[in-house]
Amino acid sequence: MPPSVTVALVGNPNSGSTSLFNALTGARDSVANYPRVTTELARRELTHRGVALRIVDVPGIYSFSSQSPEEKTGCDYLHNEAPDIIVNVLDAGNLDRGLFLTTQLVEMGIPRVTVLNMIDEARRAGIKIDTVTLASALAAPVVETCALKKEGVDALLDSIVAVAKAPPAQALILHSYDPHLEAAIGRVQTHLANLHPHDLTPSRSRWLAIKLLEGDDAVIRRESDHAALLAEIECERAELAHDHDHDVETMLAAARFSFAHGLLREVREQSGDPTSGFRLTRILDDIFLNRTLGLPLLLGILWVMFETTFSLGAVPTEWIKSGVALATDLVDRLLPAGMIHDLVVNGVMAGVGGTIVFLPNIVILFFFMAVLSGTGYLSRASFLMDQLMHRFGLHGTTLIPMVAGFGCNVPAVMATRVISNKRARLIAMLIAPFMNCSARLPTFILFAGAFFSKMAGTVVFAMYMVSIAAAMVSALLLNRLIPGSGGDAFVMELPPYRLPTLHSVLHHMWDSAQGFIAKVTGVILVGSIVIWFLQEFPRDITYSQDFAGAIAAQDSRPDGPAKVATLHTLQAAQAQEKLEKSYLGRGAIAVTPAFAPLGFSWRETAAILTGFVAKEVVVATYAVIYAQDKESVGLTEALKGAMSPATAIAFMIFTLLYAPCLSTMAIIARESGSWRWAGVSIGYSMAFAWLLAIAASRIGALMI
Amino acid sequence: MESGGNNAAMTLSELRPGQQGEVVRIDSADSAFKRRLSSLGLVPGAPVSLDRAAPFGDPRIYIVMGYCLGLRNIEAASVNIRLKECAS
Repeated sequence: MPPSVTVALVGNPNSGSTSLFNALTGARDSVANYPRVTTELARRELTHRGVALRIVDVPGIYSFSSQSPEEKTGCDYLHNEAPDIIVNVLDAGNLDRGLFLTTQLVEMGIPRVTVLNMIDEARRAGIKIDTVTLASALAAPVVETCALKKEGVDALLDSIVAVAKAPPAQALILHSYDPHLEAAIGRVQTHLANLHPHDLTPSRSRWLAIKLLEGDDAVIRRESDHAALLAEIECERAELAHDHDHDVETMLAAARFSFAHGLLREVREQSGDPTSGFRLTRILDDIFLNRTLGLPLLLGILWVMFETTFSLGAVPTEWIKSGVALATDLVDRLLPAGMIHDLVVNGVMAGVGGTIVFLPNIVILFFFMAVLSGTGYLSRASFLMDQLMHRFGLHGTTLIPMVAGFGCNVPAVMATRVISNKRARLIAMLIAPFMNCSARLPTFILFAGAFFSKMAGTVVFAMYMVSIAAAMVSALLLNRLIPGSGGDAFVMELPPYRLPTLHSVLHHMWDSAQGFIAKVTGVILVGSIVIWFLQEFPRDITYSQDFAGAIAAQDSRPDGPAKVATLHTLQAAQAQEKLEKSYLGRGAIAVTPAFAPLGFSWRETAAILTGFVAKEVVVATYAVIYAQDKESVGLTEALKGAMSPATAIAFMIFTLLYAPCLSTMAIIARESGSWRWAGVSIGYSMAFAWLLAIAASRIGALMI
Repeated sequence: MESGGNNAAMTLSELRPGQQGEVVRIDSADSAFKRRLSSLGLVPGAPVSLDRAAPFGDPRIYIVMGYCLGLRNIEAASVNIRLKECAS
């Protein structure tokens, strides 16, 4: 027995293998109720009964014929790394389809454990499985689990260890195909054995022969040196297709399903109405997929989501605001006057405090996202939107990465792996940064609250709609601009509705809170310090007029309202000039002409420039700039005085659409395989943002 | 393959609510697409029925192997089926 046993969790998309991975290892990887949440391998180690196990969560696959890029991740892993044990995760309520993959796993000849997951759901639907017969038919122990409730986890670990210690003797052929096909398999096997003497077991060569005859691209590529073999395969395939009226892949698929069907007739007992498990889903679909109500309901759900994110968030935000004010006041009095004092109070406390107040909004947003993805509604939304998105050259399933983008664009870009067509995936990747991620939410809440306080929630909702519209229009444009053609077929499983567990919803919220706090105490903290220094230095400014002299002259005058007013004006003008001549001001002013048509001052420009790093920094920058004002009236009031509502709209739209943040650029470069596409993304989004913002400011100026 | 009665060749995209069909073959030159549909359960002999259509009639949801599968009409048109007698 090897010192460490590698155990791969393999199952159909949405069969719950990631939930099982979490239950086994104590990991907290993201799970949801739609196919293909997991797009990368995850590995964790643990020890059970003295045996070291390395558990690998493999992204879900329907079959081994490597189709979409993330199905390929799983297939490649199983081809190349050959785990010691495969844990075949099946959705106990959907065995008809799940066993199709099982038949292919059996042919691989790797020791297996069969898991009937979500067994509670199947039992409620009146399904009973004869696990003993199933285990002997599949030559692998069968364990019933409910991963979300951590049921059956110990039994599964016991079975894994038992298989690791004594792998069951593999029945070489669990089912046979059509005699002609079997004869062809035999011939190819012989050819393979001659090509690779000694290093192929009979079960391995049978598996390879089947894959080659099936036309599996990955396996064919690996045998590309053997022209004679490939010619033989082509010949066998053509002959079989000619004799049987079906091609080999169809013959194999039909035979596998018929084996699964026969097996299930033996081991599955269905009491009551087989559709009863479906009933709730049918009723809910009658409502949510209603031909007239479906789309308005989708819009309504999104409106409620963003309105609540704004309005419900306002209450705890006030508490945090008071807390921040108290803390700032305390630090202000405790620290002796000087540079450290100013840095802490006007830099760190202003920037960090000004951003942390949005924590409640972020957590509420993620609550809704967890509910949407956990219930299975997201797949319905894709289904409803497919027709419309198709018109824009997009695929309905693109909606899932797009909605994920409301949280953060990085996972959104990764989620485009669900799209199998390369060009369609690239377009999805380029429009993903337009999705209004939670890092931009603080800017909109701040601006909507300041300029449109009566309908702030709706303005926030409108920004999300602009974000979706920008993505769709861009898709249309990019479809024209990027050469090539070919969309992706809409082939999508719609899982039954499920109630997300409280645990998983809380976990999503907790994770988002932790992530936000980590950002605030990381990039925002550092950013605030840097911005403070940039706006504070250099200190030896030559002012355009002698402020010090003028102020001293005023001081010697008798007290009165006129003196106070003049002093105030002088001080404000001096502060203004000091900021404008700081490094931050000078840098921003140099770029401001580019934004002048939009009505932006150097402050907006500074916020935009710093926001390249991470979009939360936009608000932090404003907070630091305005904290320098000694007669502080608060960020909201200060903003109101600084620009017109039309400019505010232009700024919101620009912030929404301009260049992806650094992390998103990096992930686009990685996923597209080239920095060139990250560059295209920046250039395109800057131009698009600029044009849309100027249009918005012109229209806004007419309307408001 | 005997034919007669309601067994006239048709495609999945023509299946109406309440009708039960059985997959005959997938007509497509795209081998990967064929493998994809067959791995989802659309293999010769598999029973299919229509669950519902999206607001503008496309895509539609079918019940295959006891689960819901969403397909666009253009793709469903490449799945040849025949009607089953028991349907009404």
